[in-house]
Amino acid sequence: MIQMQDVWKTYPNGVMAVNGISIYIKKGEFVYVVGSSGAGKSTFIKMMYREEKPTRGEISIDGDNLATMKEKHIPFLRRKIGVVFQDFKLLPSLSVFENVAFAMEVIEESKANIRRRVMDVLDIVRLKNKARFLPHELSGGEQQRVAIARAIVNNPAVLIADEPTGNLDPDTSWEIMHILEEINDRGTTIVMATHNRDIVDSMRKRLIAIEGGRISRDEVRGTYSYES
Amino acid sequence: MKVRTFGRHIREGGKNIVRNGWMTFASVSAVTVTLLVVGAFLLLIMNLNHFANSLEDDVEIRVFVDLGAGEEEQESLREDLDDLPEIGSVDYIPKDEGLEAFIDSLGEQGDYFEGLRDENPLNDTFVIRAEDPQETENIAVEIEELDHVEGVEYGRDIFEQLFSATDFIRVVGVVLVLGLLFTAVFLIANTIKLTIIARKTEIQIMKLVGATNSFIRWPFFIEGLLLGTFGAIIPVSVLGFGYHRFYETIGENTGLEFFEFLPTFPLVIQTAILLLAIGAIVGVWGSIMSVRKFLRV
Repeated sequence: MIQMQDVWKTYPNGVMAVNGISIYIKKGEFVYVVGSSGAGKSTFIKMMYREEKPTRGEISIDGDNLATMKEKHIPFLRRKIGVVFQDFKLLPSLSVFENVAFAMEVIEESKANIRRRVMDVLDIVRLKNKARFLPHELSGGEQQRVAIARAIVNNPAVLIADEPTGNLDPDTSWEIMHILEEINDRGTTIVMATHNRDIVDSMRKRLIAIEGGRISRDEVRGTYSYES
Repeated sequence: MKVRTFGRHIREGGKNIVRNGWMTFASVSAVTVTLLVVGAFLLLIMNLNHFANSLEDDVEIRVFVDLGAGEEEQESLREDLDDLPEIGSVDYIPKDEGLEAFIDSLGEQGDYFEGLRDENPLNDTFVIRAEDPQETENIAVEIEELDHVEGVEYGRDIFEQLFSATDFIRVVGVVLVLGLLFTAVFLIANTIKLTIIARKTEIQIMKLVGATNSFIRWPFFIEGLLLGTFGAIIPVSVLGFGYHRFYETIGENTGLEFFEFLPTFPLVIQTAILLLAIGAIVGVWGSIMSVRKFLRV
């Protein structure tokens, strides 16, 4: 599903964020990406949805080669990838329903399709009863669930979550994790960058640790730190 | 693109215009002022051109034949004239005919000259029109060199002044108009930049969920188009009605035979179409300028 072959990224200002990473993530996997701030984790994640372009190396997602991809093809890559952020990135003037529908409108889906599909995903994130609410009327956890609904509404093959629990309290974080696990069970590949030690250690998944722009550990059921 | 999507783009573009009230007002005003000046110059220049053309049509060269020239010499002069390149037409006015026309043109006072019929002091004359009126002067100089020519006459002074006046007005007009057009483009670009900044998150999300660049660009394109077209409405109506009034009161009866203004129609319609087109182009140009930067990944 996701393949990186000796990928390097040096920013124009000389910062070497990623220094030779190779990974393979299978379809349907759930992967944590951990690492301290500035370790290159963000760049690693951003290259997956082509927010950043690698300086060197090969990246392919679901058969698309990102290194040689033309600019105008990027929108079609993004339709196969859902992205969730720490700060939700909802549009404040739109209702929950409209925020989720937005992702389908911009790829020109029909009204009937949108209505049906949006209610389906709101059901998955358990917000069907709050479809008419505005984002500021919701709790942080609920807002993140709206963002997740928006990310999966177009049936992406991969869901990328960049510290999705970073702004949430522990209980709410667990709520989000259960939803992500449920989405993963339906077959969506999930890559999640996180700093949350509790979650990583108790909900064991494949773990990729990044340090100094390189992969320092890649374990099948890893823990946040080296097990002593 | 689907019709439904197009409807959405128009709605979004319109929304932006309302949301940025003051900047919208500023940029529409800039277009309005610009187009008022552009339009006024257009009307002026078109009338001047018309005037220049009608004068040019009247420009003729009179070639006076030597009084002593006999029939043979006249014939050879005529051949020489016909051989000149760039000659439109050659008419021959024998001196009797010339005198007749002269006396007629004076009406009653012409009677005093009746006596001249016995001893006609006029020359036989060739009247020549150049194919291109701008070449008149050169042709006149050439003719002066021919045999059996006593003299050459053409309206040199009016002619040169006219050309330098129209050229001057054209240059001033073009400089002024270009300066104003750039100001208008700049203001529109800024207005649209504001609406883009206001919608930065929205655009970011659109890009993330896979909207194409053209999908994102459309509402701004329409916003620019609307700003430019709105800006053209006032100039079109002011200049249209203004010129109509002017033509009805002054323009039609200037009392000057040689100068007539262009009638309101179709001049005003042509100007209106041109102004609307310029407004639209300025608007779209401004919007494209400001959106381009934001769409780079």
